[in-house]
Amino acid sequence: MKSSVQGAAHVFGDNLDTDQIYPGKYLELAREEDIKRHAMEGADPDFVKNFNAGDIIVGGTNFGCGSSREHAIITLKAIGTSAILAESFARIFYRNGINLGIPLLVCPGIKSAIVNGDALEIDLEKGSISNRTQKTELTFQPVSDYVKEILENGGIKALVRKQLSSR
Amino acid sequence: MHAIEKILARAASKSKVVTGEIVNCRIDLAEVNDLYPQSIFSFQEMGGQNVRSPDKICFVLDHYAPAASIKQAENQKLMREFCREQGIELLFDVNSGVCHQVMVDEGLVYPGMILIATDSHTTTHGAFGAFGTGVGATDLAVIMATGHLWLRVPEIIRVNLSGELNPGVFAKDVILHIIGDLGADYAIYKSVEFTGPVVDQWTVSERMALCNMTTEMGAKNAYIQPDKTTLDFLKGRVKNDFDIVTSDPDFHYAEELFIDVSKIYPTLALPNSVDNADGLKNHLGIPVHQAYIGSCTGGRADDIAIAARILKGKKVHSETRLIVVPASRQVYLDAMQSGDVEALVKAGATFVTPGCAACLGIHGGILAEGETAITSTNRNFPGRMGHNHSSIYLASPAAVAASALNGVITDPTEYLTEGKNKK
Repeated sequence: MKSSVQGAAHVFGDNLDTDQIYPGKYLELAREEDIKRHAMEGADPDFVKNFNAGDIIVGGTNFGCGSSREHAIITLKAIGTSAILAESFARIFYRNGINLGIPLLVCPGIKSAIVNGDALEIDLEKGSISNRTQKTELTFQPVSDYVKEILENGGIKALVRKQLSSR
Repeated sequence: MHAIEKILARAASKSKVVTGEIVNCRIDLAEVNDLYPQSIFSFQEMGGQNVRSPDKICFVLDHYAPAASIKQAENQKLMREFCREQGIELLFDVNSGVCHQVMVDEGLVYPGMILIATDSHTTTHGAFGAFGTGVGATDLAVIMATGHLWLRVPEIIRVNLSGELNPGVFAKDVILHIIGDLGADYAIYKSVEFTGPVVDQWTVSERMALCNMTTEMGAKNAYIQPDKTTLDFLKGRVKNDFDIVTSDPDFHYAEELFIDVSKIYPTLALPNSVDNADGLKNHLGIPVHQAYIGSCTGGRADDIAIAARILKGKKVHSETRLIVVPASRQVYLDAMQSGDVEALVKAGATFVTPGCAACLGIHGGILAEGETAITSTNRNFPGRMGHNHSSIYLASPAAVAASALNGVITDPTEYLTEGKNKK
C-alpha cells in the first residue's frame, strides 16, 4: 500500500448502487480489459473518458449498495482509482474493495467538503485528506488492523497466497 | 450473547465474541452463482490447488439460466469443469432455479449454520435461523482455499411486529414500509432480527421474503428464531444434524423497534430507490407495461398462487405483459400441480425458466426506454430491469397480479376479500 495518494475528485451522491457503477447487462464480461470500459456507465456514460488513472472517487452514504458484483470494484480498480472516500459504504462493496486492495475510507462530512474536480491528497498513514483546491483538511476513520493488513499486502489474494505457501 | 453471536463464536471456535470483533469463521456452506467466474480466477491467483472442503461448496447456475450468449455459456462451462475437477458435487445447473430457493428446496439450509454466497440476498436464510450473508467473488475464493472467512461481529437490531394484518397486506408490504421509514442505509453492517406475533403466524415463504429484503436496508444478515413452523418445514428436508441456538435473555440490542402492522396498507417502492416507499393507494391508475412475478423475493409457490387466485378465469390487460418466473424447479412443479400455472397461462402470462431472469435486467423480460413495470422483485434502481429510463415499482405479488389484470397500478385488496373474486 502506498502511504499517500493524490488525484482529482469525482463526486457522487447518496445510495449510489452497483447497477449504476457497473450495469447488470455487462456482468457476463470476465476479462478486466472488457470490464474497465463500463465503469460508472449507469450513473455517467462519459465517466471513463473524464477519469485519469490515480483519480479519487467520492460518495455519500451507503456507497456501492445493491448487488454483490465484484465487477463494480474490478472496473474501478482497472481504470486506476487510487482511493474511494464516502460517508459510509455498503458492506459487500466495502469487502470487495479492500479484498482487491483499494483503500475504501469512511469519512464523515466529506459530502459537503468536496466538489467535483477538487485536487485531493490522502495521507493513508496519518488518516488525513488535504483538499488542495479548497485548502481544507479532513480526516477519515482508521481502518481495522485486519483490513490494514489486507491493504498492506495489496489485497487478500496475496495474503491467502502467503498463508497457503507457509502451510 | 445473542444466538447470532453464538453461531459466530462456535464457527470461530471461541467461547465468546463481542460486537465489532473480527472473527475467522469456519463456513458450513459457500455458494457461487454463474455471474462470478472471478471466484475461480481469484482461487487460482491465490495459488489454490484443491478446494479445501468440496462438500461445503455449491455452484448454482441461476442468473443466466439458460445461457443467452456465448460469454454466458463460457462462464457456465468453466464452472461445470471446475466442479468436475474439484469433486464439487453440489452443482445445480440451469434447470434448477434461483440459488436461495434451490438451496432451501435441496435441504442445504438449516438453523445455526453459516451460509455465505456470492449474492447480496443471502440474508434470506435468516428465515431459518441460519447466519446467511452475501460476499463478492474473491471472498468466496478465500473460503474455497481455506474453508474460513473473516466476519465482523455485528450490532443487532430487533424489530417486533404486532397487530392485525390488513387484507391485501403481505410480508413484502411490511418490509417495504419498514425500509421506507428507516432508509436504505439504516442497517449497514448490522443484523436485523424479526420477532412478534405477526412473524409467528407467517409461513416460511413470507418469512423468506421479509429476511430477503433486509439487504435493501443494508443489513449484513437477518434472523428469525426457529419455531415449530421452521421445524415442520425442515423436517424430512434437511439431512444435517443441527441444534437450535437461542439468545440469552439479558442480551442488549443495539436498537429495538416496535411496529404495529395494522397501520400498514398495500405498499409500493416508487422509482428509483427501495426506500422510496409509499402507500399504493396514492398511486392508483399509473399504466404498467409489464407486471413481473419472480425472484428470490417474490417468486415462490405462494406468490404464484395468489396471482393465480386473482387472475383465474380472467385476462391480463391487453396493454400489459405478465411475466412469471418460478423461483425454482420445485416451485414450478408445485405451481403446476396446484393448477396455478395453467390458470396464469390461460390468463395470458408468459412463463420464463426458473432463475433470476429480468430481476437484474439480464434476460427474460427487459424493459424498453420509457416503460413502466410493477414487480415482486427486490430492486428498482435506474436501469435495473433494462433501459436506464424505465420505471420500476416494487410491490407484493398480489398487487402485481391485480395491476396486470387492469393494466394500471391496482390495490389487490378487493380481489382477495372472500366471495368477491368469484364474481
